[in-house]
Amino acid sequence: MRTSHSPLRAPALRLMLLTILLTAFSCRLRAQGLDSNAAREAKTYRALDVVPQKARARSNPLESDPEAIGAGGKLFEEHCADCHGRKAEGGKKGASLLKPQVAQASPGALFWILSNGVVWHGMPDWSKLPEPQRWQLVAFLKSLKVSASANTPAQASLAFLSSGATTRKVAMEK
Amino acid sequence: MAGGVPVFFSNRDDGRSENRGLRRSSPITISLPVRSLFIAALALLCVLLSASRLPAQESPYIVTYDHYLEEPGSLDVEYFSTFGTQRNANEFQAFWAEFEYGVAAWYTTEFYLDGQTTFHDSTLFTGLRWENRFRLLPREHFLNPVLYVEFENTSGADKILKEVEGHDVEADYAEPNAELRREHDHELEFKLLLSKSWRGWNVAVNPLAVKNLSNEPWEFGYAIGASRPLALKASARRCNLCPENIIAGVEIYGGLGDRYSLGLHNTSQYLAPVAAWNLPSGWTLRLSPGFGLNDDSHRFLLRWGVSREFSGFGEMVSHLFGGRQ
Repeated sequence: MRTSHSPLRAPALRLMLLTILLTAFSCRLRAQGLDSNAAREAKTYRALDVVPQKARARSNPLESDPEAIGAGGKLFEEHCADCHGRKAEGGKKGASLLKPQVAQASPGALFWILSNGVVWHGMPDWSKLPEPQRWQLVAFLKSLKVSASANTPAQASLAFLSSGATTRKVAMEK
Repeated sequence: MAGGVPVFFSNRDDGRSENRGLRRSSPITISLPVRSLFIAALALLCVLLSASRLPAQESPYIVTYDHYLEEPGSLDVEYFSTFGTQRNANEFQAFWAEFEYGVAAWYTTEFYLDGQTTFHDSTLFTGLRWENRFRLLPREHFLNPVLYVEFENTSGADKILKEVEGHDVEADYAEPNAELRREHDHELEFKLLLSKSWRGWNVAVNPLAVKNLSNEPWEFGYAIGASRPLALKASARRCNLCPENIIAGVEIYGGLGDRYSLGLHNTSQYLAPVAAWNLPSGWTLRLSPGFGLNDDSHRFLLRWGVSREFSGFGEMVSHLFGGRQ
């Protein structure tokens, strides 16, 4: 289909309009949300149940690394807080990470979820982060477990996130 | 909008030469698309200014794709430039703007605007592309497949070399823009993006097949890339120059002929080291010097790009269209 007219003419405009309409439609579809927040959260937590036993049994090789929680906190703020909330309390797109389901999950299970995502329910896989960084994230998530039932982040994480270790301080509520 | 590139002008004469197709058209035909693009870009800019920036972990590849898609609801705005040497003709600088949006964790759509400047010739808008990537499997496997489908509406003057296919060779780009822009291509491009991350390394292999929607044979090509961050562990402090923010690698890509003459004969092949610097402020910078591996390739391609990721874009647009917050 070789023609001599400019690509700026009608076909281009039609294509652009179609793209805009499709994007708007998909945005609206996403925002309407086929699932309620609670239903989506439930599906996300259910993903923890299907973690293979071998993966579940893995322990965190950085458990004794004193910097792991701090580095994990920074990574959380950079990559996870947008969906899961800056206090990990959950958001429009991501489940709360302060619930017992997460607190009781083994480090291996959390690592598996980070590596594989829950793709059909909105969580991308984070295997693009190298393994040590994913384990640092797991260390941070496990540090939240202490006060999970009280719905308040752990003291250690709280101290990190509000200590100025990052340039963007996170206002944590007790 | 690629730095205002779509406005078509010449730096060789005053625009009265025969190749000014747009000038011969009616004023409405000329101004409407350009004005629409301009208004769309302004609207986008307004939305982006109110979106939050997200520190990205972008791959360094410029031609190769790994299997990672854009995060749902995020918009990645990118600008890339390619400087290319050209034997027996003028060197050129091609550029493109990309708008990459994560519709879902398994689907990313992307819109491109292309342009180029051929030195001592002219600058022109060369077309647009609409790209879609679909993740096929929900979990990580030994190889992770992503289906890539792209529609291209470009002129023959398009020189961004985002992919090399069929029997594309350096000599194809030697003609003046006035001649090249007469050719108008509508193409469908399919790629299978296979990628694996292991011990910090990412390896990606992209076979591709392209069909010009006119009566032309299927053309084939490939891209292969490997990359790794300079450090695998993150440091606890926020820093620009932390080694984990810098990813380096190499990619190799080229044509594989067409349906009737498959192989490396009369194709161009490139080897290009790549590097990306992911800044905590949300910016990513990429640099890639590329080297032609045979006499049918451009001797040297220098590519660079800058991008920024904006989170929450989807929510803002959906709010405009009445979606639930």
